[in-house]
Amino acid sequence: MSQLSKEANEAVKSDIVVFGSETNPSFYTEVQEICGENALQCYQCGECTAGCPAAFAMELSPNKVMRMVQLGCEKEVLESATIWLCAGCETCATRCPKGLSVAKVMDACREIAGKKGIKSSEPGVSAFHEVFLAGVRQNGRVFEPLMIALHKVKSRNLFQDVPLGMKMFAKGKLPLVPSRIKGLEEVKKIFKKTAAK
Amino acid sequence: MKFAYFPGCSLHSTAKEFGDSTVAVCKALGVELQEIPDWSCCGATSAHATSHELAVALPARSLGLAEKIGLDVVAPCAACYNRLKSAEAAMKDKGELAEKINSTLSDKYTGAISVRPLIDPLSTPEILERLASFTRKPLSGLKVAAYYGCLLVRPPKVLGFDDPEDPQSIDNILRAIGAEPVEWYYKNECCGASFSLTRVDMVHKMTHDVLLRAKKSGADAIACACPLCQANLDMRQEEIGKKYGTDFGLPVFYITELMALAMDLPEARQYWSKHMVDVQPALAKIGKAPVQAAAEEA
Ligand code: SF4
Ligand code: SF4
Repeated sequence: MSQLSKEANEAVKSDIVVFGSETNPSFYTEVQEICGENALQCYQCGECTAGCPAAFAMELSPNKVMRMVQLGCEKEVLESATIWLCAGCETCATRCPKGLSVAKVMDACREIAGKKGIKSSEPGVSAFHEVFLAGVRQNGRVFEPLMIALHKVKSRNLFQDVPLGMKMFAKGKLPLVPSRIKGLEEVKKIFKKTAAK
Repeated sequence: MKFAYFPGCSLHSTAKEFGDSTVAVCKALGVELQEIPDWSCCGATSAHATSHELAVALPARSLGLAEKIGLDVVAPCAACYNRLKSAEAAMKDKGELAEKINSTLSDKYTGAISVRPLIDPLSTPEILERLASFTRKPLSGLKVAAYYGCLLVRPPKVLGFDDPEDPQSIDNILRAIGAEPVEWYYKNECCGASFSLTRVDMVHKMTHDVLLRAKKSGADAIACACPLCQANLDMRQEEIGKKYGTDFGLPVFYITELMALAMDLPEARQYWSKHMVDVQPALAKIGKAPVQAAAEEA
């Protein structure tokens, strides 16, 4: 991984000062430790934002997230809805002239937010991930009907998509019994050793 | 040609027709599949949205099990493939993380086997030739938009499969079975499937854009290789059509379903009832309206 020149590093540091007191200058290193992407390498060309299919719903555009990670605006980034609205489509990573993946930076930000106990600005999305993983931990595989039902309860959105669910059921697209793996103990061990929190 | 087969959770439930057609097509083409014994969920979006280590560890367990039977892995589902391949890369790094993960596994993954998306072996020249020669009822005149979405081809640095901006493998399969792939430029745009249960408003817009581009390209149908894309494009098509005032009428097939249809495999008849968007007009166009099958189900 190439390093920034001394001058560039200084320039970034002076920006941090300009931005205000509530910054964490080592935020980018925390991000890099998790995902390997060095946000300081971003030169703000905007290519990632230009191709991002979810940018229309984000309050911070992808390139802005990169800039804020550079500047250490940890609070704003971790509390944003944006980090939960990245679809993980990796269009940004495919096109970035610096070979950076905003997707991975967004992943790392969510992970840090989780570790620091920061409340998600998109509770429906984070509840989905929780319910999904709880199911995997329990059975080793996903049992979709239960996952959908639990998510509805957790996100208090009981009536969304009910007609669609009925149609899926009628078409035999939803299984009735969960399939459970034999190596459950091993999966539990994996969760214990590697899951965040 | 023999592979360790990773079906993934969807192919056992919401995308059963993808699993069934995969097995039928591979058998017909002489591609042997051995299901990975006791495979577990790849973790999908949720694992990598919460913990990088978990996102590597979950697929690594299945990779270890595949290594034990000594076969390269194929995964039909684009999402599973993406997670398995990313884990393969992280484990082949042989760093601390790989060590930590292997210490939890009874069957270690040392990198001796690799992962491929099912359509990779299915679109090699050798198999395409076989497929063309086995095609008994070519899908002549059917215009199909080959839809790759995100996870089959991105990020290219990790996956290294096909051209990330203009992928061709599904198009090539379509040509081999006599269909006509259309030119369109949304073949690798994201449909927003990871928000299918959470931010339906976002999904509506993103999926709408994909459907609209397919329609405008003159396609009669869409062919894909991802259960999340298929579910989104097929199940939500009606409500999106209502919301935006467009009647798309675009059936969304798994590429393996169309292969089974062209090879005239008897199993193909069982797939159509699982579709939300009516497949009849498309099948009628190539003279294969499943009148009988439909009558049986009604
Ligand atoms: S494309 Fe890359 S270099 Fe350009 S703004 Fe986005 S992350 Fe930065
Ligand atoms: S991965 Fe996220 S940030 Fe990158 S283009 Fe896709 S939605 Fe946008």
